[in-house]
Amino acid sequence: MANKLIISQSPHVFTPRGTTSIMGDVLIALLPALAVSVWVFGWQVLAVTVVSVACCVVFEWLIQRYLIKGPATIGNLSAVVTGVLLAFNLPSSIPLWLVILGSFVAIAIGKMTFGGLGKNPFNPALVGRVFLLIAYPVQMTSFPPVDGMTGATPLALAKEALKGGCSVSDVMAQLNMNDLLLGLKSGSFGEVAALALILGGLYLLARKVITWHIPVAVLGTMAAFSAILWFVAPDTYLSPAVHLLTGGAMLGAIFMATDYSTSPMSRRGGLIFGAGIGLITIIIRVWGAYPEGMSFAILIMNALVPLINRIKFGRATR
Amino acid sequence: MKTFPRGGIHPPSNKLSAGEPIKVLPLPASAVIPLSQHLGAPAVAQVAKGDKVVVGQLIASAGGFVSANVHSPVSGTVTAVEPVANGSGVKVMSVVIAVEGDEWLPTIDRSPNLVTDCRLEPSEIVAKIAEAGIVGMGGATFPTQVKLSPPPGKKAEVLIINGVECEPYLTSDHRIMLEHTSQVIVGVGLIARALGVEKTYIGVENNKPDAIEQLRKVVAEMVRALPHHIEVVPLKVRYPQGGEKQLIAAITGRAVPSMGLPIDVGCVVQNVGTALAVYEAVQKNKPLIERVVTLTGKDIPAPSNFLTRIGTPVSDLIKAAGGLPVDTQKVIGGGPMMGRAMSNIDAPVTKGTSGILVVGPKEASRCAETACIKCGKCVTVCPMALEPYLLSRLTQKQLWSEAEAGAIFDCIECGSCAYTCPARVPLLDWIRLGKTEVNKIIRTRLSC
Amino acid sequence: MMTLVYTVAALVVLGVVLAVVLYFVAQRFRVVEDPRIDQVESLLPGANCGACGYPGCRGMAEALVSDEDISALYCPVGGTATMKPIAEFLGKAAPEREPEVAVVRCAGSCALKPDGTTVRPRHSHYDGAPSCAIESATYAGDTGCSFGCLGKGDCVVVCAFDAIHINPQTGLPEVIDEKCTSCGKCVKACPKMIIELRRRGPKGRRVFVSCINKDKGAVTRKACEVGCIGCGKCVKVCEFEAITLENNLAYIDPVKCRLCRKCVAECPQNSIIEVGFPTKKPTQSVSQEGLS
Repeated sequence: MANKLIISQSPHVFTPRGTTSIMGDVLIALLPALAVSVWVFGWQVLAVTVVSVACCVVFEWLIQRYLIKGPATIGNLSAVVTGVLLAFNLPSSIPLWLVILGSFVAIAIGKMTFGGLGKNPFNPALVGRVFLLIAYPVQMTSFPPVDGMTGATPLALAKEALKGGCSVSDVMAQLNMNDLLLGLKSGSFGEVAALALILGGLYLLARKVITWHIPVAVLGTMAAFSAILWFVAPDTYLSPAVHLLTGGAMLGAIFMATDYSTSPMSRRGGLIFGAGIGLITIIIRVWGAYPEGMSFAILIMNALVPLINRIKFGRATR
Repeated sequence: MKTFPRGGIHPPSNKLSAGEPIKVLPLPASAVIPLSQHLGAPAVAQVAKGDKVVVGQLIASAGGFVSANVHSPVSGTVTAVEPVANGSGVKVMSVVIAVEGDEWLPTIDRSPNLVTDCRLEPSEIVAKIAEAGIVGMGGATFPTQVKLSPPPGKKAEVLIINGVECEPYLTSDHRIMLEHTSQVIVGVGLIARALGVEKTYIGVENNKPDAIEQLRKVVAEMVRALPHHIEVVPLKVRYPQGGEKQLIAAITGRAVPSMGLPIDVGCVVQNVGTALAVYEAVQKNKPLIERVVTLTGKDIPAPSNFLTRIGTPVSDLIKAAGGLPVDTQKVIGGGPMMGRAMSNIDAPVTKGTSGILVVGPKEASRCAETACIKCGKCVTVCPMALEPYLLSRLTQKQLWSEAEAGAIFDCIECGSCAYTCPARVPLLDWIRLGKTEVNKIIRTRLSC
Repeated sequence: MMTLVYTVAALVVLGVVLAVVLYFVAQRFRVVEDPRIDQVESLLPGANCGACGYPGCRGMAEALVSDEDISALYCPVGGTATMKPIAEFLGKAAPEREPEVAVVRCAGSCALKPDGTTVRPRHSHYDGAPSCAIESATYAGDTGCSFGCLGKGDCVVVCAFDAIHINPQTGLPEVIDEKCTSCGKCVKACPKMIIELRRRGPKGRRVFVSCINKDKGAVTRKACEVGCIGCGKCVKVCEFEAITLENNLAYIDPVKCRLCRKCVAECPQNSIIEVGFPTKKPTQSVSQEGLS
């Protein structure tokens, strides 16, 4: 025998699916939505994405190398995923220096402050986005017009309409369901293409990167809650279909809420987590100051994850 | 199709030797027979240096209630009774025999005839099994006679025969079911009679359709010789279906309580290899001196199933399968999910050795551990509904009472969590340590 | 302006009310406790290491105050310097104990020497979780010596005083005498039971067998260049009958040893190590050299 025998405890075989492979799958799942965004908003989308990804990777490398002084972690592609998700949450017309700032907040404050991948309690991309949204509301909410429609998002239009006292059906009349599904609407460039995002979600399900629990809980709760409101007062509230197809509903439910580090460990915990997100999102959308509440809802539920993880599911009481 | 309710994984099965008929391995030059090849107290040597022994002769007798007799698997002269390094390099008391010829005890029936009649009382069957030193052949090596004597107040209703063989690579049970079907079925009937159960199932995963068909055929043929109908249950392939608690849940739907035994839900589980050994012991007077061992690995020239005398060095088996590839990096006693890596390949085959797996450089080393990404996959796959990520961390922090609250003692060490971890955290290494510590604490508390 | 006044007034009223409530609650639920406990606790080192057998310094202080005879209570961290003032303060007899230090009884480095050989060669490669306890539970160890140090640093993890470290050159743990408080945590953590608490000795001088291998001489010699082979030469040369030989292993009784160091020169395996003596010639000792 030429070699020294290797000794370790069982098991001796492992799944080929490592962290990098999983993150790679998430990137693949995001590609259709990116393609639709480029088609709808033009090449500006790619510039924002590239800058965001590059900054996230560089910031993570620098912090890991010089502050944490640990082994390089950018190889696991998690910084790339954060970069793409952050970009998806920005308007395509955003100045690039804001993208750099957002990436810094996302990676440096949202992720590396807590020790890096797996230790961050809040979704880093959303930390970056919410920072930009609060600090630079004008740049973050001026969207380029799509197909002759105004630059405001459908949800913002609805909110305006409600404030102005006119009926929600006027807003509804302007909306074409097919356009919403395909992505021909105003908004952050990654969140508009509902169909492409669903396609990506199906890929993640097929590759067993995510389970159905969180997305279904988020979207199901949103649909159920908004359906009740709509049933009670169809003139005041938007229909469930509009709620599901506008704003960050799909991107949030499929890609943001399912982030491993910031979602519960168990599947049933995921159901509670998702239901909470759906509920808070609709509350903010209907009664809050902001037209869209998905980002805030996810961050709020992120904070509750440690509590959800304490619930012991499944084991019979002893 | 039936399977257990929670968790589980699908590792590649790699049953390379499934089509290889059982071959008889030549006798070794010298046999090393450890006195502790079973769970429980070691056996007490009954021979000394210089004694002549024959095949089947008792060389060590059970050293307690939970213990097993050991018989000589070869004939020859005892050269030493001393501690010899086992597969892990730990020195354990063993009888070393220099092999001379192959002389058997005359009471052993070596003819190939199938003996189906048995007029023994249940207690006599159990006594014969105890005398033959039979232990659980699936790898757990729990003395069989103890399992067949339920504690007072508990009654076995269901006998489950484990033909699952969910470990990747291993095929010894598969071959036994195919080639010794009648003997296995007679053995199952004997165990059922000894226990007085009303219902018997044989659980086989459906990746062995030939075994299922063969078992069903023989059961139908032999229905008159059996105490009751034996049902062969095909099971959906999923690891760790061969775990006692998982198999009981898969077949009967009963859940063994935490810290409980199968008998608490009226079940007894026995391996098909054990059934074969029971047949040979009761009907043929042959003690447990040989077993079927799978020798396999992707780089092994000829993966095989060997009928091997206990005490044969593992290196002899490797030679018979074409020799050890030069770039071998790991030799595992057992399957890849629960087997033990060996540091000493001259260690002997024991009663619990179901297979030897030789691993080349591609799969031998573990990938470097990276940060836990909290994906929750370990929680999802745990068949016992534990939280492996939490238990491993509690062990590292030595928070034993929290680990106990997390039911760390329920872990069956199947390795599904570590298999599935994308961050390559050695979850089971830690949990096993924590389980040992917590069990120690529980035991001291109970004894107070 | 009025807003400010209201605000200030409201806060002041609230503060006064809560202060009164707190005062009465504190009176009502006061726990009567021996005030000496607090004082004794302040005299203890405050390491909360548990070496005394109590969960923390508070527990130790309670025991010191309540027990009549405190001879069994000893703080190894603070030593006599701590126990004496406490005993005086309480008016009890001070417990005396010889100052001790942890010593690592394995010198079998697995690292490659410049000439390409190894003191204790490895025959296999452990690839599991980095923990001595786990490696020890997995198998006999990665060298021919099943008694030797595994070098995964369980002792380093448990040390609350940063007094023990793995030397990256030798792969063996080394104790920093000045920092070691002889709390005994590393002794408990080592699955191979290699670490021993020994008398520090006068001026920190001590002689001990740096090996716990109980294998027969021939087996030991094959596994490790510096392993004790149980030849008994040290026993013969010792004039004070301080060395005993049991299970192929020599042990020097720290009480009987007079530090003559004859055994050190006699040992054919260089298993006996002297620490703290002025350097006459460079000894071959590996672990404690140069640190004391």
